Amino acid sequence: MKKPITKLIHEYLRHDKKFPHVWCPGCGNGIVLGGLIRAIDAVGLSKDQVVLVSGIGCSGRMSVYVDFNTLHTTHGRALTFATGIKLVKPELTVVVVMGDGDALSIGGNHLIHAARRNVDINAIIVNNQIYGMTGGQFSSTTPYGAYATTSPYGNIEHAFPISELAVVAGASFVARATVYHAQLLEGMIEAALKKRGFSLVEVISTCPVQYGRRNKLADPVAMMTYLKENSVKKEKADTMDPKEIKDKFVIGILADVEKPVYMEDYLQVKEKSKS
Amino acid sequence: MSRTNVRKVRRLIQGNEAVVEGALAAGCRFFAGYPITPASEIAELFAERMPQVGGVFIQMEDEIASLGAVLGASLAGAKAMTATSGPGFSLMQENLGFGCIAEIPCVIVNVMRAGPSTGLPTSPAQGDVLQARWGTHGDHPIIVLAASSVWDCFTLTVEAFNLSEKYRVPVILLSDAIVAHTRETIELPDPGTLKIVDRVKPTMPPEWYIPYQDNPTGVPPMAAFGDGYRYHVTGLIHDVRGFPTQRVDEITSFMSRLFRKITQGFQEIFITSGFMLEDAEYAVIAYGSVARAAKRAIREARDRGIKAGLLQLITLFPFPKRTVQGVLSKSKGVLVPEMNLGQISREVKRVNECMTKVYKLNRIDGQGIKPQEILAAILQMWEELK
Repeated sequence: MKKPITKLIHEYLRHDKKFPHVWCPGCGNGIVLGGLIRAIDAVGLSKDQVVLVSGIGCSGRMSVYVDFNTLHTTHGRALTFATGIKLVKPELTVVVVMGDGDALSIGGNHLIHAARRNVDINAIIVNNQIYGMTGGQFSSTTPYGAYATTSPYGNIEHAFPISELAVVAGASFVARATVYHAQLLEGMIEAALKKRGFSLVEVISTCPVQYGRRNKLADPVAMMTYLKENSVKKEKADTMDPKEIKDKFVIGILADVEKPVYMEDYLQVKEKSKS
Repeated sequence: MSRTNVRKVRRLIQGNEAVVEGALAAGCRFFAGYPITPASEIAELFAERMPQVGGVFIQMEDEIASLGAVLGASLAGAKAMTATSGPGFSLMQENLGFGCIAEIPCVIVNVMRAGPSTGLPTSPAQGDVLQARWGTHGDHPIIVLAASSVWDCFTLTVEAFNLSEKYRVPVILLSDAIVAHTRETIELPDPGTLKIVDRVKPTMPPEWYIPYQDNPTGVPPMAAFGDGYRYHVTGLIHDVRGFPTQRVDEITSFMSRLFRKITQGFQEIFITSGFMLEDAEYAVIAYGSVARAAKRAIREARDRGIKAGLLQLITLFPFPKRTVQGVLSKSKGVLVPEMNLGQISREVKRVNECMTKVYKLNRIDGQGIKPQEILAAILQMWEELK
């Protein structure tokens, strides 16, 4: 049976410091945090066993609030720190929370290589399609044509499909959800935590203050409705014409494969080196 | 153990190989790196040796990632290092600052080659000296050592780990293409005879642990992730609990502790070596491979009746001000030969309080400085000042 949310808050959020949080009204980060905590509780991991690594940006502040081993790294480099931690202490569960600017723009190289290497890390990318903390500049996932402070005439760059990129880069598990689909999100994070190898959960999130305000979605409810109306389940998307799903968010599990995991192979390297 | 039982291994090895031997002897069990000449042998040897000793070697996608992985490994409790050369060292500056502010022990070996940019692959140089001190942004404490020989590569790698673990600070070991690729026979000491320092870990119950609380040493005990002490590590200025702060009193006490922990250790951190320095009237101040060339020049100057001597700087930063001032006050003239346009002579001039004339001898053409060149400069200095 699931625990009531108040119990989870007392158990997993830090009591001693740093509330209220820094996030704006209507931000999706709280929903992601809630999903993460419920998933960790469902898997039954002890707090000492979990390391939460984050990068720089709004979502990066998540590491301050949770009562795990927490590491707030440099911009875009969270996965590299996580790799070092996981290889030294493979028994720990390493969760990495990044934003889209963090994971795809400045840290894109680390993302594809972490997926390719298949280190057993659980990455969660909170994709709000904008640089929130720095004031609403377009990111590498901002839709074509959208308005941002650095694209006042409309964005002429094209958005990175994060999850599809992770699939071809070699991740063991890739799933997409939105902050509207909170239960799906929780289930995806839980499945990612249980999966061996590199897993990635992309969460399409809301930023009414920095993104919505400039793109006719300033009302948080309107943004949520937008996510609801523009999401298509993977199973359904597979039956649809690719043209129909071009601008939709395909949600659900996009990849779930068994392949060699870096640390398990490295244990064999250790054996070989001694003989 | 009786003296006769001490295992002595004589080996003909290059400087880069000695770095690996020194690191393993110091207890290093994690290496992450990205290939770059003239440092690549270090990564190659770790790839072979680390799994044998139960450690981890990983080749990362770039130097930014390499230092990131090293810092993560150190937070998980391992002694960790990386090795690179100028272009890679430039990329590491971002995470180097993180290591300084979050007080994460680690060792970075920079086998210097001529720059700027891709520069002269892969001729020797000493152009990264001030970058090692000031490369990452903001005021930060750091320790920089310089190796002049294969033996130095071994002992100073051990020393770099010891200082790093003791003071919770990244330590940079500078060598250059000459030191790294010269092969010499050295006698590897029995690991049991080496002084090895490990970071202080918390012994109090986790609920009493305040991760960045000050103490007389200025170095708080460091818990490893997964040891039951859940705490927060950040690159933001933080309070004693590790949480971000903007309060002036907390910022001030944090930053002053970062510097105080190094200042208090000056006696131990300053490593220099004198050669025919006691009665010297004309001093050479040198470091790295140039210091070895200087030794021969000094012997030859002595043969000609000139009282010359060498102060070899092994610790470059924090700058060994008092020692250098002692030499400046006793000398008629001081020569600073280096394979850059004057990065350490600038420091020597900065601390010079007694009007002693400071001469420079610089090369930036990818060639080492030869003993004859240093001798000629000593003779010229002697002619002018005698």
